This record gives sequence, C-alpha cells and structure tokens, in this order.
Amino acid sequence: MSLPDKQGHFGEFGGKYVPETLMALLEELEKVFRAARRDKSFQRELAYYLNEYAGRPTSLYLAERLNRHLKTLKVYLKREDLLHTGAHKINNTLGQVLLAKRMKKTRIIAETGAGQHGVATATAAAFMGLHCEVYMGSEDIERQALNVDRMKLLGAKVVPVTSGSQTLKDAMNEAIRDWVTNVRNTFYIIGSVAGPHPYPLMVREFQSIIGKEARRQFLAKEKRLPDYLVACVGGGSNAMGLFHAFFNDKHTKMIGVEAAGLGLATGHHAATLMKGDIGVLHGSKSNILETKDGQIKVAHSIAAGLDYPGVGPEHAYYKKIGRAGYVSVTDKKALEGLRLLSRTEGIIPALETAHAISYLERLARKAPRNSRVIVCLSGRGDKDMGSIKGLIK
Amino acid sequence: MENKIDLKFKELEKKKKKAFIAFITAGDPNLSVTEKLVLAFEKAGVDIVELGVPFSDPLADGPTIQAASQRALKKHVNLESILAVVKRIRQRSQIPIALMTYYNPVFHYGEDRFTAKAKASGVDGLIIPDLPPEEGHNLIRAARQDGLATVFFLSPTTTSERMRRVAKSSTGFIYYVSLTGVTGARRQLPGTLRRQVELAKRFTRKPVCVGFGVSTPAQIRAVAAAADGVIVGSAIVNAIAKQKNSKNLVQHVSSFVQHLAGSLH
Repeated sequence: MSLPDKQGHFGEFGGKYVPETLMALLEELEKVFRAARRDKSFQRELAYYLNEYAGRPTSLYLAERLNRHLKTLKVYLKREDLLHTGAHKINNTLGQVLLAKRMKKTRIIAETGAGQHGVATATAAAFMGLHCEVYMGSEDIERQALNVDRMKLLGAKVVPVTSGSQTLKDAMNEAIRDWVTNVRNTFYIIGSVAGPHPYPLMVREFQSIIGKEARRQFLAKEKRLPDYLVACVGGGSNAMGLFHAFFNDKHTKMIGVEAAGLGLATGHHAATLMKGDIGVLHGSKSNILETKDGQIKVAHSIAAGLDYPGVGPEHAYYKKIGRAGYVSVTDKKALEGLRLLSRTEGIIPALETAHAISYLERLARKAPRNSRVIVCLSGRGDKDMGSIKGLIK
Repeated sequence: MENKIDLKFKELEKKKKKAFIAFITAGDPNLSVTEKLVLAFEKAGVDIVELGVPFSDPLADGPTIQAASQRALKKHVNLESILAVVKRIRQRSQIPIALMTYYNPVFHYGEDRFTAKAKASGVDGLIIPDLPPEEGHNLIRAARQDGLATVFFLSPTTTSERMRRVAKSSTGFIYYVSLTGVTGARRQLPGTLRRQVELAKRFTRKPVCVGFGVSTPAQIRAVAAAADGVIVGSAIVNAIAKQKNSKNLVQHVSSFVQHLAGSLH
C-alpha cells in the first residue's frame, strides 16, 4: 500500500493535529492537490517552470577530488545548489504556488529558518504576482541577514518572530496563527515534509524530482544503483526528496544526517530522530524533542535550517521500519565539512548541507571499498558567509 | 454518576439560563492563586471553569494566553501539579471543571493514564484545540471509560458534513469558535455569528457554547441570544495579568468576572 493512507498517516505517524478552523481547508487542499497530480496541464506547467525558470534538471556530479580525499568512496553530488535561489526549496514552492493559484488564494505566507525557503517562496510569489509574508525568528533574521535582504528585494514582507526560541519552531507557530486567522484568502506554503496532512505528502511529491532525476542519472553513468544516499535532515525535505524514488531499491541504503549541535550529550542539538520521543508538533505526529512534561524543547544547531525540534513524519516512519538510518554531525564537524568541499571541489555548501558532507568522512571509514554514494547537495553557502565569519580559517 | 457538566446544563435549561464559562491558565501567576480563583469564581456566578494547561507552543492562542502560558511554565506547572490543584478544589467545590490542554502533554503522559488520573482528581471534561475527532479515537475511548466529557470544536469554516461528525464526537458541550483566528479579546465579533450558531444548532441537540474574542457584557449578551453558553478567556487572563503583583488579585479578578457573569443572569 502506498503511504500516507487516506487520513495522512505513515504507520503511526503523520495525521492532522490542527485547530478545527483549518480542517475544511486541509480537506480542500488535498482535493486540489490530488486533482493537480492527475492533471497533465498542471504537470506540464510545473515542469516548464522547473526546467526553464529554476534550472532543472540539476547535474549529478562526480566529485573526483573529494573522492581522492575520502579514498574509499565514489561520491556523486546531486547539485540542487545550482537551482535558481540556490537550494532545493524552489522545487516545492513552485509547485505550491501553482496550487495557490488554482485555489484562487491571493496571499502567500511561509515560515523560514535558514531563509532558503523564505527566499524560494518570495521568488515564487513575486513571479506569480501574489502578496507574500514570511515569518522568521529574530535570531535567524540576524544569522541569515543576506536572505532577509533578498526576500525584501523580492517584495516579501519579513515578519520577525520574537516569541519562544526566536527560531524556526516559533516562526512556524506564528505562521499557523496567521493562517488560522486569514484562512479564506491565504495559502500557507510549508517548506518541509512536516505539518499536517497533506503537506508531508505534497512536499515530498514536489521534492521527489530530486531522487527521480538522480536515480536515472546514476543508472546512466554507473549502470547500477547507488549503495548509499546521504542527505541532511532538519524537517527533512531534501532528504525525502532524494530518498523517496529509491524506496523499493532494497540494496540502496539511506542515511539522514541530523544536527548534533554542541554534541548529543550536551542536550543542545536538533537530533530529533536519534534522541527524540514520539509526539505531536505543528500538525503531525512524529519524532520531537520534548521535556519530561511534554513541552517542546528548544533545538540547537549552527545551521538555521536544521534548528528545529521536529521532523517530517515519513522520516519517523522510515526510521521505525528500518528503511533509513539516521546519524548526526556536530556544529564543529559541519564547519569542517564546509571547508572540505570548498577546498576540494570549489563548492561552498550551505551549513545545513555541510552536515551531510562531513558525514562522508565517517562513512568512508566504515563502508566497503569503492561504495557508490549520492549526496544531496541541497544548497549553496553564500547565505552563511556572515554567520561563519571567524569560524573558518 | 452523571457528568457534572451535563448536570449543569440540565439545571440551566430548567432555569432557562445560559452558561457562563470562565477560562484561566493554571499556574498564572501561580497554582495557589489558581485554586483561590476557581473557588471565588463559583461564588461570582461562573457555571463552568475551563482550566488551561500551559504549553510551550500554543498555536491556537493569541498573545494574551501565550503570555499567561509562559508565566505558568516559568513556575514549572505541569499536568501532575494541575491535577493536584483540581483535587484540592474538589474538597471545597463541585463546580464543573474542563481542562483545556494541547495534545502533546496528554499524549506524552499517556492517554489512559491521563484520563484515569484526571477523573480521580475531579476533572469533568477535556478540551484539546489541536486534536480534531479524526485523530481523537484513543482519547475519546479513554475519556468515555472514565466518564469525562470530550468537547470538540466547530468553526465558521466547518462544513456541514464535518458538523455532524464533530457534534457526534462531542460530549458535555460543543465549543463554537466565533471567528477565524486565535484567542484574544476583540472589539467586534463577526456580524454573521448569530446565524452561524443557529446553523450549527440544527446539527445537534447538545449545548453549543461560543468562545474566542468574547470580552464585554454587551458581547456576552449578544452571543447568549443564540448560544447555550459563553466562554470568556483572554479578558479574564488580561485582568489577572494586570493584577499579578497585587495582594488583592483574587478579589479584583473575581469581581470583574462577577460583572461579566452578571450580564447573563
């Protein structure tokens, strides 16, 4: 059976845990989405924009100098960083903004952590001529200042969120409050495979083009399937985008890399799948970081896009059934990963993506010699230049 | 034994009166004040108390109740300590009490363990704003076993098909959300509210109570014209916040509540 089921459940995970005001809208959204999925003209339009506007297909690049450094692995990079706006997020925002148009919504809202989803949403809204407001934690506004300026230039209003941890979690709370209030004219573009059904399904669908392309490209180059897929996981959209097309390829192992922040033992991390409990946050049941009283904990990561105490429900499901494994990389190691890829390949990855790069050094030590790997290079690092100043020599 | 919320609505129906339901956040400014407030509310003419369990991420709440939750969480209030307060209240008062909580603390505590403990402590009903009936099978089953009412929500966006489903799952009363939005006092309520509540009442014979935004005697009277009860939250929580350092907090807040409740009786 294909998941999620009709109620949006991936096994025990997923579902719709939202205020009643949103329930009718979610039902309507699901109908519109399912109709669009079957509608050739919608698919043609989306493909047109993905190819002509965003720059798909992205290349699957054999990272020879990185591989010389790693010695035992043959790594290919799926270059989502080459897309318009600099990250995979645009795959999803183009899809959702087309749905918003079908639903005749005039106003777009979004939450953002690293600002990549905010920029991708502001971009999609700008070229569709829709009004756009992006909720962003005030701590993130500071550490991702470049993206804030980009959003403003694109005509979006960036709304600072000063409640709670002032990061992605609180930005999402505020976005949901706005949505409940303006549900009749507003479309909420969620940036990850999180939130209430049908968002995890919808975002997966729009991002799964990463894996579909990569699988085809890899088969053409290697005449076989990869041994490993590696991607960073915050909410988990780039990872699910890469993983999903390989679900039935039993010999391809999937590894999601979470943010270990200052170290798993310190409690200051965002390793939801490794260290979290099952719980409900932002509309779905999944793994979350919580206190002994069931209050949501504040996550920590140097990468704003991973700094979230929840994760998409399908990842919780993949972990539960053993289809994917989840590991973690500290802030410090992520910075080393960022430096490694910059020096070996001349590619500056986003801090989020740098977690996946860093993990390759560990994988290289334990994987069989000559293992083939696809890494999702989910975004480029320009946005982080301000916040890593002084941290990299 | 019949549920105290059901008994209250029967009593009010006989008297041809509407219910005045007062919301406060447990532990704001501390649990001992919460206990005193509930006891004082009974004398002030409150029919049912809705006791809010503070949550770190209250996404259906506006700034007033968010701030109250933060104040309560700073005091390390949790389900255990709130249920202990209800138990203490029960030694002196039989006022119906519904707990309003987000779902995660309950899920984390364990639904069966929670409903059993809530019942034993003297809680009468549960209101969970991020748990629609579709996801509530386990909680509904556990609550039925322990004789707790499960209050679900209707809103201006609810379709007729959903109205039936929500009404069927609700016991005690049905919570009608007056507007599309979060909690918080409003100067004006939607002009269509009365018609919408009347429409909702066509789907059920259970009491329909209206909350969100209701904050003045005039609004309370207007809402009560169509509904079986009125829920006031943020206006009372605001009054508590203003008095939070005053020795006379309980006295001031309960006289404000008496003023609001008086507009119904």
